[in-house]
Amino acid sequence: MAGKLGLDPRVVRRARRLAARAGQPVVDLARSHTTVSVERAVLRLAGVSGADSDGIPWVNRLVDAVRAEVGLGHGVSVPVFHALAAEGLDDVTVLAQKAAAGAVRFGVPEKKGEVAAARRAAKRATGAGLRVVDRRRAERERLIRRWGDPPQRPWIYLIVATGDIFEDIPQAQAAARAGADVIAVIRSTGQSLLDYVPEGATREGFAGTYATQENFRLMRAALDETSRELGRYVRLTNYASGLCMPEIAALAGLERLDMMLNDSMYGILFRDINPIRTFVDQRFSRQVHARAGIIINTGEDNYLTTADAVEAAHTVTVSQLLNEFFAHEAGLADWQLGLGHAFEINPDLPESFRLELAHALLARELFPAAPLKWMPPTKHMTGDVFRGNLLDGFFNLVGALTGQGILLVGMMTEAVVTPWLSDRDIALQNVRYVLNGAGNLHEDFVPAPGGFIQSRARSVLGEAVELLGRIVDETLLAAIADGTFGIMKRPADRGKGLDGVARHEDDYYNPVTVALEAAP
Amino acid sequence: MVQLSFTLPVAHDKRAEGAALQLAQKMGLEPAMVVHARQMGDGFTFFVVYGRVAHLVDTDRVQVVERDFPLLSAKDVNAVIKRRLRRRLNVVGACIGTDAHTVGIDAILNVKGIAGEKGLEYYRELSVTNMGAQVSVPDLVETARACKADAVLVSQVVTQRDAHLQNTRAMSAAFREALPAGKRPLLIVGGPRFDELMAGELGVDRIFGRGTTPREVASYLVHALVGSSN
Repeated sequence: MAGKLGLDPRVVRRARRLAARAGQPVVDLARSHTTVSVERAVLRLAGVSGADSDGIPWVNRLVDAVRAEVGLGHGVSVPVFHALAAEGLDDVTVLAQKAAAGAVRFGVPEKKGEVAAARRAAKRATGAGLRVVDRRRAERERLIRRWGDPPQRPWIYLIVATGDIFEDIPQAQAAARAGADVIAVIRSTGQSLLDYVPEGATREGFAGTYATQENFRLMRAALDETSRELGRYVRLTNYASGLCMPEIAALAGLERLDMMLNDSMYGILFRDINPIRTFVDQRFSRQVHARAGIIINTGEDNYLTTADAVEAAHTVTVSQLLNEFFAHEAGLADWQLGLGHAFEINPDLPESFRLELAHALLARELFPAAPLKWMPPTKHMTGDVFRGNLLDGFFNLVGALTGQGILLVGMMTEAVVTPWLSDRDIALQNVRYVLNGAGNLHEDFVPAPGGFIQSRARSVLGEAVELLGRIVDETLLAAIADGTFGIMKRPADRGKGLDGVARHEDDYYNPVTVALEAAP
Repeated sequence: MVQLSFTLPVAHDKRAEGAALQLAQKMGLEPAMVVHARQMGDGFTFFVVYGRVAHLVDTDRVQVVERDFPLLSAKDVNAVIKRRLRRRLNVVGACIGTDAHTVGIDAILNVKGIAGEKGLEYYRELSVTNMGAQVSVPDLVETARACKADAVLVSQVVTQRDAHLQNTRAMSAAFREALPAGKRPLLIVGGPRFDELMAGELGVDRIFGRGTTPREVASYLVHALVGSSN
């Protein structure tokens, strides 16, 4: 596609090269460390499931037991599968139960033959889990062929969140019937800081519903039913973020979720999770998403809720470029990159709409093959629902004019109440009117050469290149430490979850990473 | 004239419109007009109703917390602190509980501020520590102690089942337990769901509701901790 912004391809190439240089040290860091959650994800793929009577998952009990005796640096696979053989067991969950009672010793075997045997057993067990993920992906592709994709772009993305999965289900089904193509079940606040994944169907959450394997399964089954009824495959989204992102990614793959929120830096900036923990967990979860055929949604929109959307526009571009680099490195294809950006410019600012158009078009042209996730105004929603609805209409118009792939439906009651049925209906009417009324207006929308929109987009890209240059010089971890993104300062030796990070020993073994990194 | 909208759990037909009218009348709208009705999904109808209301309200009997301190400029705030306190005034802010929404505390504390007014970090004579989101009460007390906080600002934006009230009570109780009366920092909470009249009941010194600006908070800090101007 010939660009509408006349971006200089040399500048674009330079931006990507700088992003790769800024990101590479972080990739190296991720490749040389593991975390408790990565190891728990491996065990989940090896078939460990369920929780003890206090609700602590067996994967947590098992990883904690291994870690207490041999540390995390060898990976848990060899110690676990060596112990499994030594105990004469064939079910790893049973081993976890015995280990929790203190009845199992863990170690790294001395004999090469024993190490090789444990590795083989671990590879076999996790291979079975990965095959389930592969079957789920094939199943999705089959269902999409049978029922079809949404007839229009952008896909319409709606959030449900009651805290109770059994209330979420009818709400999600109603939302799909009302036109939603993608349903996101927002998580309970606070889940990102839990260092375990809750078990079972849950009915109690705060401002959202817990992400659990059973909740995933129930919602996917319900949406399959609705997809069949509507003749359109309705996608399901959840959040692979926080301290358990690798495990949640694995569960998403096992239960055929279709999209996952998965940002390389969100946890660091907005949840104060340790940067190293996040980057290690990130890489693994993205590798799983790549394998599972899941579209990731990145969280650049969030920067603009804390920083100024005009002054900080280039930090969104920088983050998108970094997210793209990390995603490609982890094996994700362009069609899986729902890079985020948002309509958050102060509407009182002169030319605010023109600026929004420039920024949205810049993202579109920098990442032509990525679906892009377009996020509605939140910061300047004041409680005046009438004005809010108008603002959402303009947001929808930018979405239509700039060919966004995924449009999160804005609610005029944003920041006032959890959306009611009527709020959602009015918001969907707004989207339908704009998408229908604007039609293929994007074909006619060509910004004047050298005009306001082109110059603005170029200057944002220029600032992004400049910032990337500084990040390369300074290192990404240092840039995060001194508040480059979203104004939050997050040093690498601080934040939650650092004690769950370990450097690889020379004999580190993780059969899942090995399989995911092998050529497809 | 009052305009309102609501949803009833009935399919759209004439009876549904009649039901909407009846509800509006019970709310005191007389006469009321259903100007819009539209079915949403299965078994729900959305209504827009206009009507006259004849209730009288007595503006003299309205209870609100009026600003009982002078509104100062940033320059005056700095000058008063410098002259009367002779050191910087220490402020610690946080979102406590599971609330991850820092928009409120950031609007008050970050240099960026809100609505063109710079936040407390911009005030030269204020030393601000913003602990961010999902801070535990013990961590908050500890940080307040370590920073020798003169004031602690707590924000609660997203709340369910009165979590903001429970969190605030837990926070004020923890400060009462940890520090003797003379050593306790000024406790301030803010957020859109608080009733500004509840300060005493929640054990805090002041509550700020929706639309509060950094300047109001700074002026209150000076008023409560340093004493007013001159």
